[in-house]
Amino acid sequence: MRVQALTGPYCQGLASGAGMGRQRHTAALDPAGCPADRTRDLQGRNTVELLSGADMIARFLQDEGVEYIYGYPGGAALHIYDALFRQDKVKHILVRHEQAATHAADGYARASGKPGVVLVTSGPGATNAVTGIATAYMDSIPMVVLCGQVMSHLIGDDAFQETDIVGVTRPIVKHSFSIRHPSEIPEVLKKAFYLASTGRPGPVVVDIPKDMTAPTERYEYVYPKKVKLRSYNPVTRGHTGQIKKAVEMMLKAKRPVFYTGGGVVTGKASEGLTDLVKQLGFPITTTLMGIGAYPQSDRQCLGWLGMHGSYESNMAMHHADLIIAIGARFDDRVTNNTSKFCPTAKIIHVDVDPSSVSKTVRADVPIVGPASSVINEMISLVQGHSIAHPEALADWWQKIDGWRADREGKLYEPSKPGEVLKPQEVIEALCRVTRGEAYVTTDVGQHQMFAAQYYKFDKPNRLITSGGLGTMGFGFPAAMGIKQNFPEDDVVCVTGEGSFQMMMQELSTCKQYGVGVKIVNLNNASLGMVRQWQDLNYKSRHAHSYMESLPDFHMLIEAYGFTAITVKTLDELEPALERAFANKHELVFLDVKVDPHEHVYPMQVPLGAMRDMLLSKTERT
Amino acid sequence: MRHIISILMENEPGALSRVVGLFSQRNFNIETLNVAPTEDPSLSRLTVTTIGDDRVIEQITKHLNKLIDVVKLVDLTEGNHIERELMLVKVKALGAARDEVKRTVDIFRAQIVDVTPSLYTVQITGDASKLDAFLQAMSPVGILEVARTGVSGIARGDKVLSL
Ligand SMILES: Cc1ncc(C[n+]2csc(CCOP(=O)(O)OP(=O)(O)O)c2C)c(N)n1
Ligand SMILES: [Mg+2]
Repeated sequence: MRVQALTGPYCQGLASGAGMGRQRHTAALDPAGCPADRTRDLQGRNTVELLSGADMIARFLQDEGVEYIYGYPGGAALHIYDALFRQDKVKHILVRHEQAATHAADGYARASGKPGVVLVTSGPGATNAVTGIATAYMDSIPMVVLCGQVMSHLIGDDAFQETDIVGVTRPIVKHSFSIRHPSEIPEVLKKAFYLASTGRPGPVVVDIPKDMTAPTERYEYVYPKKVKLRSYNPVTRGHTGQIKKAVEMMLKAKRPVFYTGGGVVTGKASEGLTDLVKQLGFPITTTLMGIGAYPQSDRQCLGWLGMHGSYESNMAMHHADLIIAIGARFDDRVTNNTSKFCPTAKIIHVDVDPSSVSKTVRADVPIVGPASSVINEMISLVQGHSIAHPEALADWWQKIDGWRADREGKLYEPSKPGEVLKPQEVIEALCRVTRGEAYVTTDVGQHQMFAAQYYKFDKPNRLITSGGLGTMGFGFPAAMGIKQNFPEDDVVCVTGEGSFQMMMQELSTCKQYGVGVKIVNLNNASLGMVRQWQDLNYKSRHAHSYMESLPDFHMLIEAYGFTAITVKTLDELEPALERAFANKHELVFLDVKVDPHEHVYPMQVPLGAMRDMLLSKTERT
Repeated sequence: MRHIISILMENEPGALSRVVGLFSQRNFNIETLNVAPTEDPSLSRLTVTTIGDDRVIEQITKHLNKLIDVVKLVDLTEGNHIERELMLVKVKALGAARDEVKRTVDIFRAQIVDVTPSLYTVQITGDASKLDAFLQAMSPVGILEVARTGVSGIARGDKVLSL
C-alpha cells in the first residue's frame, strides 16, 4: 500500500523503472523560451517530439481541442502560463477571481456540452476555485481544473502557498490526480478529460507541482488517443428486461407523469425525450436542472416541480400512479418529505449513476443507463402499441387541466400604474423581448426562482443555474463563459443586488475581452430569499437580510465604461429591455427596482407532501 | 446488520483516503478497517466492517464502486465466508494468575509470544467475537494493552475476488 504519508505522494519510487517515455533530456533554457525539441534518427528525420511538462500541457490542450481556458496566474503556475503565452490556439481568459474562472468554465460547459477548463496557481488560487468546483460537482458538470502546486520536494513542509488541494477537494470532485513525473502529463490529462466528460460528468482536479513543468527538462510527447482505466467503465445502455418492464407499466398506467432532470440535458437526450413523451401523450414535469429538456410552451409540459415548482406539477406528482423519473435524483428540494412522497405511485428510475437510484426514494423499476440510449429503447418498444387506458388518461388530463385553471391569473399580482415593479413582470417582459430564446443564467435567491418560473424555455441548456449547491455569484461569470462560446446569441444574467456583489469584479474581465452579456439586476435592496424565510419562520425579524449602503449601480457600471439603465416603472421596462438587447456585443446593466415585499410562491410546506404548498401570503393547499 | 466488505483498489497514493473520506462524507460507519498490498503489486485489498440496514449497505457498495480507484468489491456477508482478525494483548501475569492466564490462552488456542516476569504477550486469531470473548476472560486479570488488526476475510469455496 503506497499511502501518501508513508512513501510521499510524488516522485519517490518513480526514478527506477522509468520507461522510454521517462528518458530525461535536459536543455539550457534558450532566450526564446523553450520551443519544441526533437530527436532525430540517422537520416535526420524527426522521430519523437520532446517537450517540457509545461509545453506538454499547452500542446495537450490544443490536441484535445480546448478553445478556452479560464484562469489566473501565480508562482506555481508560471511555467504553464509561459507555455500558453508561446502558442495561440488555446485562448486564455484572465478572470479577476479564481471562483469566476470555475463558474465561467462551468457556464461554457453547460451551454456547449464540452468540458470547461480552468488553470489556477497553488494555495490561495486553488482554494478560491473550491466553490466553483463544488458547484460543478453538485450539478454534474464536466470540468478539468489544473492547479499549480509547490515543488514536489517542498510538499508537506507548509511551503509558501502550499495547500493540499487534492485533499481539500476530495469530497467535491469526480476524481483527482497529482502529477508525479512530467512524462505522465499527457496520459493523466487525457484521463482527466475522459473522466470529466463521460458517465455522470463532474469536475476533475489535476495537481501539478512546479518542478513537473520545468522548462529545462524535456520528455517525449505523444497525444494519447485512447484511455485505459480498468476500474471505470460507465454503462452504455440499460438492462433490456428492465426497460421492457418499464414500458409495460407505462402502457398500462392510468395517471402517469414523467419527472425528468439534468441528466436528460447533460446526457443530450432532449429530442428523444420529447418524442417519447409526445408519443405517449403523458404529462411531464422537470426539475430546475431539467428545464427546457421538453419544450415548456407545449401543453404536455406542467413546468417544473419541487419547493417552488408549479402547483400543477406538484399536484400531479402527488396523485400519480406511475412516475417515470429520468436523469433526476429525487433530491430534497423536489421530494419534500420522502415518507409522504407520492403515496400512490410506482416509480421507474432511469439514471446513469447507480448510486442515484434508490438513494432517497426506493425505485420499483431501477434502470441504470444513459438517458439517451434508454429513451431510444423505450421509443422503439412503445412504437406500434397503444396505451391500455386512454379514457383514464383523458380523465387524468382533465384533472390536471383543472389544477392549471385553478391557478391561472392568480400567480402574482401585477403592479398598478406608478407602483414599484413586481419581479415576476420583469422576467415576463424579458422573455417577450428575447422571444424566449436567450441563454439565461441566474444567481441564487428569489430572482432565480422567478427567472425559472416566468421565463419559458423551449430548449435545453438555456436556463443555466446553480441548482445543487445554490451558489450566489455563479450567474455573472457563467454568462461570460457562455457568451464567449455563443457570441451571436443573447446571454442574460438575471441577478439580485446581493448575488451580483459577490462576483462583480468580473466587469473588468468583460471589459478586457469585450464580452457583451446583459445583466438584469432585480434590485429589491434585500437578500430577498432570506427575508422571505424570515417573514415565514421568524415573525419578520430580518436579521441581516437587508442591504444597507448599496452602491449606485449606475455609476459603478459606468466606471467600467459600460451602459447602465435604471428602471423604476412598468412603462420604462420594455423600452429599457429593447435598448439593452439592441446591440449583441455590448454589455448593458439594467438596475430594475422591484418590490422588496414580494414572496416566491408556490412554496412547499416543510416536512409535508408534494401537494402541501403555500400559494400566496394568504392561501395554502 | 454487520457487513464485511472487501475491496480491491489501485495501489495508488490517495486511494485509501478516498475510501475513508467517502465513509465520513456520507455518514457511513466504519467498525474496522485493514489494508495491504496483494500478490499483484498494483492492487491493494482493503477490508472494512460496517453496520447498516440494507439501504445503507446498498449505498455504501454503490458509492465505493463509483470511486475511480476501486477496481472490484464484494460484500462477504452475502455468502459463506471466513473471517479472521489477529490480536496482540499484554496481560498481567503475576502469582496465581500466571497459571490461570496460561490455561485460558490454551483454551482459546492462543499463543504466548513474549514473556516478562510480570506479564505475557498473547497472540490470538479468530473472528471478532472470539477475540472479544478472550478480552472478556482476561479483564479480571488485567489487560495492559491491546492491538487488533481489524477484520480480514475471504469467501468460502470456489468464489474468488480477483480481476
Ligand atoms: C454563497 C452563498 N451565500 C449565501 C447563500 C444563502 N442565500 C440564498 S438566497 C440569498 C439571498 C440572495 O439575495 P439576492 O442576490 O439579492 O437575491 P434575491 O433573493 O433578493 O432575489 C442568500 C444569502 C447562498 N445561496 N450562497
Ligand atoms: Mg435582492
